[in-house]
Amino acid sequence: MSEPVRSRGGFSRREFLKGSGAAAAATAVVGAPLVAPAEEATGLIRGAEEVTLQVNGKAHRVRIEPRTTLLEVLRYQLGLTGAKPVSADGCCGGSTVLLEGKPISAATTLALDCVGKQITTVEGLGAQDNVVQAFVHQDAMQCGFCTPGFVVAVKAFLKKHPYATEEEVREGLNGNLCRCGTYVNVVRAALEVVKGGRNG
Amino acid sequence: MAKLDWPQQGKAALLGKRHDRIDGVAKASGAARYAYDILEDNMVLARVLGCPHAHCRVKSIDVKPALKVPGVVAAEALKKPGDEIQWQGDLVAVVAGETEGAIAEGLAAIKVQYEVLDVFAQDDDLEAAQKAKRTRRAGQSTKLERDIPDEVEDEEAWEEQELQRLFKECDKVIEGQYGIPVITHMCLEPHGSTCLWQGDKLIAHLSTQNVSGTAGQFAGPLGIPATDVTIHCDYIGGGFGSKFAADTWGVTAASLAKKLGRPVKLMLDRDLELKNAGTRPSGFIKVKVGVDGNGVVKVWDSHHWGTNGIGGGVVSQGVIPYVFDPPNRRRRATGIRVNAAPARAWRAPNHPQGAVLSQCAYDDVARELGIDSYEVFQRNLQRVSNGKTEVYREQMEIAAKLMDWKAKWHPHGKGPRNGSVVTGLGMALHTWGGAAHNSTAELKIHPDGSVEISLGSQDLGTGTRTVIALVVAETLGLKPEQVKVNIGYSTYPPSGPSGGSTTVGGVSESSRRAATAALNQLLDKVAGKLGVPAARLEAKDGRIQDSQNPETCISWKDACSLLGMSPLVAKGEYRRGRTKTNLSSSQVAGVQMAEVAVDLETGIVRMKKFVAVQDMGLIINRKAAESQVQGGVIMGIAYALFEERILDPQTGAFLNAELSDYLLPRLGDVGEIVVHLYEPPSEYQRGVVGLGEPPVISPGAAISNAVCNATGVRVPTLPLTPKRVLDALAKAQG
Repeated sequence: MSEPVRSRGGFSRREFLKGSGAAAAATAVVGAPLVAPAEEATGLIRGAEEVTLQVNGKAHRVRIEPRTTLLEVLRYQLGLTGAKPVSADGCCGGSTVLLEGKPISAATTLALDCVGKQITTVEGLGAQDNVVQAFVHQDAMQCGFCTPGFVVAVKAFLKKHPYATEEEVREGLNGNLCRCGTYVNVVRAALEVVKGGRNG
Repeated sequence: MAKLDWPQQGKAALLGKRHDRIDGVAKASGAARYAYDILEDNMVLARVLGCPHAHCRVKSIDVKPALKVPGVVAAEALKKPGDEIQWQGDLVAVVAGETEGAIAEGLAAIKVQYEVLDVFAQDDDLEAAQKAKRTRRAGQSTKLERDIPDEVEDEEAWEEQELQRLFKECDKVIEGQYGIPVITHMCLEPHGSTCLWQGDKLIAHLSTQNVSGTAGQFAGPLGIPATDVTIHCDYIGGGFGSKFAADTWGVTAASLAKKLGRPVKLMLDRDLELKNAGTRPSGFIKVKVGVDGNGVVKVWDSHHWGTNGIGGGVVSQGVIPYVFDPPNRRRRATGIRVNAAPARAWRAPNHPQGAVLSQCAYDDVARELGIDSYEVFQRNLQRVSNGKTEVYREQMEIAAKLMDWKAKWHPHGKGPRNGSVVTGLGMALHTWGGAAHNSTAELKIHPDGSVEISLGSQDLGTGTRTVIALVVAETLGLKPEQVKVNIGYSTYPPSGPSGGSTTVGGVSESSRRAATAALNQLLDKVAGKLGVPAARLEAKDGRIQDSQNPETCISWKDACSLLGMSPLVAKGEYRRGRTKTNLSSSQVAGVQMAEVAVDLETGIVRMKKFVAVQDMGLIINRKAAESQVQGGVIMGIAYALFEERILDPQTGAFLNAELSDYLLPRLGDVGEIVVHLYEPPSEYQRGVVGLGEPPVISPGAAISNAVCNATGVRVPTLPLTPKRVLDALAKAQG
């Protein structure tokens, strides 16, 4: 595990915000110049700066602006596309990741707010994860686009409620939307994990 | 010789059993890459600007300010001055950039001036539509037991008189009004693509239900031959009938990628997805039914209207009345042009609306006559449009047992009250074709024993890969994991689009044919080696063996080594209507029953239990088949209780074009769902029949009927929101 970014990279949020307009040497990850002075008229703060994010147990240097969402960084800079952009308002759970172990919507979380914190994406759970496996056994997926978000949500929920009953599962997993209608099997998958007793 | 026909019932090693999806781990672990997830080197993102007005003319459009935004690499107008726009959200301009932030800023900087024009957006109000001259006659057809006398000149007038005469003969005449509004497809992965060029060749990673049929839709507008276009789609995040085309935004992404010399990812934002990329037509109906004392419908007379958007189409009159086919009926349909994007095929086009608009009326017959709804539905089964009277009868009996209908039934509005909560039962029936689509598959057996099959199909969520692997493995006596399934590229042999419940039939046909042909070639080689005639050989449990003396055998691997240097290749082809087949057929029935609880004080409807009994011919993967039915039911609960598109009647603005405003059921909203796959031996003999559409058809009518049974009051229009329930209760109390 690496040290938090703050001590290593000399990053501070206040400096980031204050200096963002002047970070003229910065370039976007895709190589084209990105930085311009903040426009006073719009009050926009632009400008990318390099920070370190702790994702799935590894430190990653990424370039972010104050407005960059965690989801955008995960998908386009780190290639972690398991969390999905489904809605801009985060009400569907499609972009669920764990921040310090708690489920959050990466689509509505600024990357800046995640500096120095542990981020776990669905890729961090891995193919052998018991929740992933239970989703496969119970066929808790159809098109699969909502599935990684659901897997992460179930993971977090069962960590908090390792002996959850069916009723508690039905009460506690309403943050994620599925259009294909996989809910019945998501409930079964969660209960399979509870029965397996490896969800602590 | 391996036979083409499916193994005898009970003899299959794999078919009909419960199997995990072969791509299940990829989907659950986030490894599966959808069009939205494709990352190409040097890629830029693109977003589109939607028009804020539902009807207007573009006066001027200036994209130059967007180009000044740092990080924006391209901005182009998609409309020109003078263009008329007919719905809110129509695409006006596109901006490509390095980051989402830069693009958002770029889109906001574009200056467009519009001349705002008159809007019409009330598809439920026939009178207002007529006044606004927004209607068009969408057909009328009358079927009467008595022939029109030869001397009659005005046939419509005679039919009118005859209907009135028939109504007078009936024991009771019941009138009703029902409605089902526009809903969207709400694919969780929006429409879009990631496009890149390799020289003059385009690769479009497209979110599509139509891998083999989309290349030409890019090629035409781009002015290149279809041979220069490759469509790729390993996974699609929902389609439901809305993703068959390249669409203007797909072509825009491709042409931008060409101009920029960089890959472009253009996916629609959620609100533009809902405003542009697919809706289901609405239907509203006035019905008059004449019945005998037993509740058997003798005369049906209806007029329905609604919209499919700016085109002014409406739910087909062919589904009115639905499933039931009374001896006398007249049906009229009127389409309404509203300022909204054109509808697209929505899972089981026309049928869910048909079920609601018809079978709520049949349930009201039960309510009016005080007869058990089950009895009314059963008595009317004598005349059904698909001839499946006996299948429905048996399915109703099974469903009733699973629901415990007889014990739970009470006459409409006469059940016990628990505080402010009442419960009720409702049912509905459906029908669907589901014939296999055209499909060609190419199967290779390599000398090392590995097997791969390629076809330009796609996995809409059905589990297409797993179906193909199971069929090939069954045929070759292998395990499903020994079969490499290649789908998702237009470079593979063509397979039909996934629409209308045609895919499982289609890919089963071509895969079985390819695998059987390949096996027979292999058996010829093994025959010499084993000294057993090929006709007696069979592939089983990873071996080729003498069917009369299984001791005489050779392992699959050793058999394949007889191929020498080159792989064995065989093709399997199926053409609907031209290929003679025992492998697939069409036409299913299906019965569903709902039990709901309604709170009379809050108007909230809760699902208690739902039973779905479904025939589907031969089952390939039981686990996925059950999932498919559950999914259909839940999508049905969605339009029965939660979702609808809300247009502002004055401005035509789509008021709930975000997921937080567009209500859908959550995991805790769906209650207990019981799925029963109906499969007497006769079903297995029919071969494969598609299953995707049927289970989504009946929930609207079944749930509406259950709410009516609980409360004694018909809530005429879906979804049955608390407000609609309370309004209906208040109206009934006067």
